[in-house]
Amino acid sequence: MGMTMTQKILAKKAGLESVVEGQLIRAKLDMVLGNDITSPVAINEFEKNGFTGVFDKTKISLVMDHFTPNKDIKAAKQCQQCRNFADKYDILNYYDVGNVGIEHALLPEKGLVIAGDCVIGADSHTCTYGALGAFSTGVGSTDMAAGMATGEAWFKVPSAIKFNLTGKLNKWVSGKDVILHIIGMIGVDGALYQSMEFTGEGLKTLSMDDRLCMANMAIEAGAKNGIFEVDDVTLAYIKEHSDRTPEIFKADADAKYSRVIDIDLSEIKPTVSFPHLPENTKTIDEAEKLNIKIDQVVIGSCTNGRYSDLETAAKIVKGKKVAKGVRAIVIPATQKIYLEALKNGLLETFVEAGMVVSAPTCGPCLGGHMGILAPNERAVSTTNRNFVGRMGDTSSEVYLASPAVAAASAIKGYISGEFE
Amino acid sequence: MKAHGIVHKYGDNVDTDVIIPARYLNTADHKELAAHCMEDIDKDFVKNVKDGDIIVANMNFGCGSSREHAPIAIKASGISCVIASTFARIFYRNSINIGLPILECDEAAKDIENGNEVEIDFDSGVITNITKNKTYQALPFPEFIKDIINKGGLLNSIKK
Repeated sequence: MGMTMTQKILAKKAGLESVVEGQLIRAKLDMVLGNDITSPVAINEFEKNGFTGVFDKTKISLVMDHFTPNKDIKAAKQCQQCRNFADKYDILNYYDVGNVGIEHALLPEKGLVIAGDCVIGADSHTCTYGALGAFSTGVGSTDMAAGMATGEAWFKVPSAIKFNLTGKLNKWVSGKDVILHIIGMIGVDGALYQSMEFTGEGLKTLSMDDRLCMANMAIEAGAKNGIFEVDDVTLAYIKEHSDRTPEIFKADADAKYSRVIDIDLSEIKPTVSFPHLPENTKTIDEAEKLNIKIDQVVIGSCTNGRYSDLETAAKIVKGKKVAKGVRAIVIPATQKIYLEALKNGLLETFVEAGMVVSAPTCGPCLGGHMGILAPNERAVSTTNRNFVGRMGDTSSEVYLASPAVAAASAIKGYISGEFE
Repeated sequence: MKAHGIVHKYGDNVDTDVIIPARYLNTADHKELAAHCMEDIDKDFVKNVKDGDIIVANMNFGCGSSREHAPIAIKASGISCVIASTFARIFYRNSINIGLPILECDEAAKDIENGNEVEIDFDSGVITNITKNKTYQALPFPEFIKDIINKGGLLNSIKK
């Protein structure tokens, strides 16, 4: 029987001719990732269980991005523990303030993940690298500890939903709108235990930033992973960022899917997820009618802190001012993106518009620091979750949207799709 | 192995942010995490929970972040088992890996109410609702996962 893209990668990494849905396998890992919140738990388990070495010091990434620059003494101690571990085992890919970026923007940029890789990360948004044609999934800290020790992880082979993309996105519509639309359609457990495989002739019209954003939020539909068929756009990106040779896995023509969903990209409208679940979506026209006044805007995160996201936001706010009473926070996802935005005048545009620009950090996305909400406050955010209390007080509200909608809303003071 | 306790009942899509809010993730200390368990969905949980108690919820329990702090906080608060219609997959594997027993049973999840007294036989997968005098059959674990549990968690199971 034919295999999906994900099944083909898993078969190869498990050393098997083929795998079938539901099969339990052990697969070899090309990268094991952790951050400053999840790595300390993994390191504690690693040491408590008496492991004395890592499987490959080049295939572990420790990224201090969540509570950095250290927000308090406890957070500082967690980074210190990770730093000491990295020193002890000579882990090459340790990133801290100065060279750090938000993990899922940083690893592709550094060329640490490419097509055909099998990756686990102790962070749920590790599914982002599926945009590069890798199998990549979020796990917990104990899996990370086992991965660092053995270079392997256990998986249950998933079935898949196929998304057949056609058409082309309209102006001011992005990958964020596509993935919010999809989550609204299938629900937050619509792809539970499954892969989301993106293919079709519409694929070629999507930039890498659009794809990374879409794969990033596969977890918000409950998926094990999101994965894009590799094409010229992927290969050009990988060539620019890595010296390694990618391995391309295509789904078999007779691969079995639990569901096939056709998406015409030209029909997607700017989309907003209302509190308190990413599946509570409305199109921008519906959202605008409700005249929802906001207190804060966040543009950044592993979902939407990439250069093109900042560029879109800058186009909208250039020469304008943020509405009175709105605090707008822009967070370039990596140092490289920050520098490019600085050189090209984007940061100047933001500051002139009355926005504040932060160092790369996950910060407010998870209610960590750098923009916490007070009781009953509302934010429009380009992040990925709008659960109760996600960005602050339990009575605060987060509306998930694209950088374009977030920027337009910052200027208007309410949820807006007025881009020009 | 058996569990026996009073049920704390929740609905669909209980996410890991409400199980243990990120503002407490600046520590990995199990007791500190347990002190804030379920705080953003049920502020009285910590006050009311007793050793051996059971959490029952509906669809997609543990969705969202991969933080292992969530099952750790639940386990350290004294909960002996979580029963749900379905679990988010990362929460599911984290629970297995740290040795927090979890059972998928849609019938039990729908029928059991807050405050019911429940007993679970992990060997047979039979869940007994003592309050309602009813039983439900949970899905058994695959052998592969039983092996991880029997060896005392993932890291013990891979030690050479």
